Amino acid sequence: MKISIPKEIFKGERRVAATPPSVKKLTDLGYEVLIETGAGDAADYADDTYTAVGATVVEDTRAVWKDADIVLKVRAPMKNTKLKKHEADLMSEGSLLISYLWPAQNPELLEHLAKNKITSLAIDSLPRISRAQKMDALSAMANIAGYRAVIEAANHFGRFFTGQVTAAGKVPPAKVMVIGAGVAGLAAVGAANSMGAIVRAFDTRLEVKEQVESMGAEFLELDFDDEDGSGTGGYAKQMSDEFIKAEMALFAEQAKEVDIIITTALIPGKPAPKLITEDMVKSMKPGSVIVDLASERGGNCELTEPGKVANKHGVTLIGYTDLPSRMAKVASDLYATNLTHLMTELTPEKDGKPVVNMDDVVIRGLTVVKDNDITWPPPKPEEPASTQPKPGTEEPSPAEKQAAKDEAEKVAKKKSLIGKAALLAVTVLALYGIGAHAPESFLRHFTVFVLSCFIGWQVIWNVTPSLHTPLMSVTNAISGIIVIGAMLHLAQAENIAVGIMAFVAVLIASINVGGGFRVTHRMLKMFRK
Amino acid sequence: MSIGLVSVAYVVASVLFILSLGGLSHQESARRGNLYGVAGIVIAVVATLASVGDGGITAIVIAVLLGAAIGIPLANKVEMTQMPQLVALLHSFVGLAAVLVGFSGYIEPLIATSGAEHSIKLVEVFVGVFIGAVTFTGSLIACGKLDGRIASKALTLPARHEMNMLAVIITILLGYWFMGADTTASGILALVLMTVIAAVLGVHLIMAIGGADMPVVVSMLNSYSGWAAASIGFMLGNDLLIVVGALVGSSGAILSYIMCKAMNRSFVSVILGGFGQTSSSAATSGEEQPVFETSIAEVCEELRNARSVIIVPGYGMAVAQAQNGVSDMTKYLRDKGVNVRFGIHPVAGRLPGHMNVLLAEAHLPYDIVLEMDEINDDFPDTDVVLVIGANDTVNPAAAEDPTSPIAGMPVLEVWKAGQVVVLKRGMASGYAGVENPLFFKDNTRMLFGDAKESVDKLVSGLRG
Repeated sequence: MKISIPKEIFKGERRVAATPPSVKKLTDLGYEVLIETGAGDAADYADDTYTAVGATVVEDTRAVWKDADIVLKVRAPMKNTKLKKHEADLMSEGSLLISYLWPAQNPELLEHLAKNKITSLAIDSLPRISRAQKMDALSAMANIAGYRAVIEAANHFGRFFTGQVTAAGKVPPAKVMVIGAGVAGLAAVGAANSMGAIVRAFDTRLEVKEQVESMGAEFLELDFDDEDGSGTGGYAKQMSDEFIKAEMALFAEQAKEVDIIITTALIPGKPAPKLITEDMVKSMKPGSVIVDLASERGGNCELTEPGKVANKHGVTLIGYTDLPSRMAKVASDLYATNLTHLMTELTPEKDGKPVVNMDDVVIRGLTVVKDNDITWPPPKPEEPASTQPKPGTEEPSPAEKQAAKDEAEKVAKKKSLIGKAALLAVTVLALYGIGAHAPESFLRHFTVFVLSCFIGWQVIWNVTPSLHTPLMSVTNAISGIIVIGAMLHLAQAENIAVGIMAFVAVLIASINVGGGFRVTHRMLKMFRK
Repeated sequence: MSIGLVSVAYVVASVLFILSLGGLSHQESARRGNLYGVAGIVIAVVATLASVGDGGITAIVIAVLLGAAIGIPLANKVEMTQMPQLVALLHSFVGLAAVLVGFSGYIEPLIATSGAEHSIKLVEVFVGVFIGAVTFTGSLIACGKLDGRIASKALTLPARHEMNMLAVIITILLGYWFMGADTTASGILALVLMTVIAAVLGVHLIMAIGGADMPVVVSMLNSYSGWAAASIGFMLGNDLLIVVGALVGSSGAILSYIMCKAMNRSFVSVILGGFGQTSSSAATSGEEQPVFETSIAEVCEELRNARSVIIVPGYGMAVAQAQNGVSDMTKYLRDKGVNVRFGIHPVAGRLPGHMNVLLAEAHLPYDIVLEMDEINDDFPDTDVVLVIGANDTVNPAAAEDPTSPIAGMPVLEVWKAGQVVVLKRGMASGYAGVENPLFFKDNTRMLFGDAKESVDKLVSGLRG
């Protein structure tokens, strides 16, 4: 079957849905790949890099759409002004479309696709379960957006991110506040931290605290009654009014202090919450920067102008909505990889024939149009799938764990104490028995034995662990010292049976001595600096 | 030669043996230590020969030379991956020698004894032969398991603990009979019966222990061979044998202790065997998780871009014989200025220190081969970790999941590194039968395939 990669026509869209490595993987799955000429240009993939891996470059836009059994795209289909036709009408009936579709926002597009009998998979509707992570384009793009947000902020910020002490004076480090510690927020935290800024992050979901701290930021906490903002599927939910009030107070206080604010707060299916008011912007130091990653959904800052950079009250407000596209190459690489993973799932036989298996949770969730029917929204999964176990339910809290551990340790200690006491008692009794009843000759040997054990104990602990194998072979060799006993017997043997036994004993003990020392020597020779 | 001179020679030999073991505290002094050991045994043998006079000297010389003629070529041609088998085999020889000398000592005592001394001597004979016989057959089984001649899976017979218990009880009863035996013939009969039971016990004990517990078993047998030598020393009234036996015995005991510590298991639970059969069910629940597969080219790219790499080898590397490829790769990366080091878990492989020997054989300098405790703190600053044929020793469940069967076992904390690449044949769980969450971590990539082939491809990929 044929997979087509049309050129994106959305203004400013530089990404492409397939890269040469992904084309190769699609071919391995048994597909034939058609690509519209110039589709990868903006992402620095020239046509010939695609032909080199076996794709066919097609000049005619209509042909790309018409000949396709499957179309892979980035942006949802839209009206092609050059051809004066909607992209959904360019597709053949019964074909398959995979792209961003935003089904909640675009009901008429879904109807359009259903009317044309185009089975459509919305990559943005991927269920958030672990098995689907490798296809999670939203996370992949959010990661890029978070990184790019920091780069854009740095670009508009007149100072270093990192603090420096130079001959010309001391430069303080930039202070960055990141609101919303999802994938984008964490990526922003990581990027800002690695550039040397002091980073703080806030999120209503307390469970992300650890992640924030592991990325090198301080987690801002509200002094509030433990209201946790974790919703289903790892997303945030809407908070109570008091909580929002406390939150706003925190932001207002932080706004006076920080140089850069990056906001990434989104609640599924709702406009972005307004978190940064005009007053807060006014209170910021001149030259400060706000990057609003929620601008496409209205923005977290009241003054954001979506898609633009604005300067209000001496503060630069960046409202770009195309941050991933601004890093078209890596965005295309990751997106194309997500799509190849999806294609792999859709092609279990690797025979170039996609199977839209509606019993598979992942594929069911993705599929928004099947033949003539709109299949969005999917039925609710039986239990809220969360990538993070919720504290308190699935896992005992750290405090409980600690308590359990302490308890276990106490019991173990008690046990080992009893064991030690018993051992001591037995030893004392044994020593008393030996001392009271054993003859003198035995005691002499016994003294030697006990002292030797102690010497052995002291000496062996000093042996470096890397030489434990040579230690074993050398102890092997010297325990061949039993040869001495065998020799004494052999020398005085009267009985022929004893003679034979002693002879064999000398023989095998000698094998031990010879072999043991020789192999130890061989090994030790190999250890070198 | 006078008794006095022989005694002095034995003292010198004892000191040389202690120095020999002391020399192993560092790689640089180790070779000298080995020579001390050789000198010690030569002095002891010559002194003994001189003391026995003419009687049987020809037979002794023939036996010694014959033994050396077998032992040295054997040691010359053994592969380093076969070291565990060889060590186990040599243990069995000590065990067998102890049995033979014990019998000889009973039939033809070298020193006449009577009264309490005689009773003590009988106990010494009995104990020496018992330990010797267990060591003999146990080591042979261990050798067979390590060599793959016997399936390395733990054999768990029903009521095996009871059977072992029974064997011990019968042994004690036979001991009473032996002590009270009027004639040499009935004494020998008791001794022979006990030897047979001890031999069966040795077989059964080791059959019940699985492959990855072998480091403990081999150390334990090492210890037993020492105690066997020591009890023969008591029987003969020979201090040299007692000293050496005690040294070897405590050495093996310490090694067993270190190995048990490294697995967070008690010595008894290892010896009773059968690990992994009872507790594996808990680990297999939960939803199917994704693993991220990677390719040779990607791993090469990551290694090239890395500043710091730690390689964690396990038994799988030894099985696949991948150590030379690993060495080539390390050399290439080090030449490029990448800081490559090795992290060795104490129980990696089938013998204490097994990995170190294999890596040394592949001409890797020992100063980049580090122990777990030395390297565990460095993982967070490491860019790439290559896990080659290791599984349980890098399992984060041991540190993070208190319900895991291996909880509390110290492990190499590889998951703290920037990127972990696991070279593995397939998704099978490790020896302990525990699912390894490492494979599902976000920063873990799996490189499936035979370790040797993968490593060789990585080497050519890096060069190409």
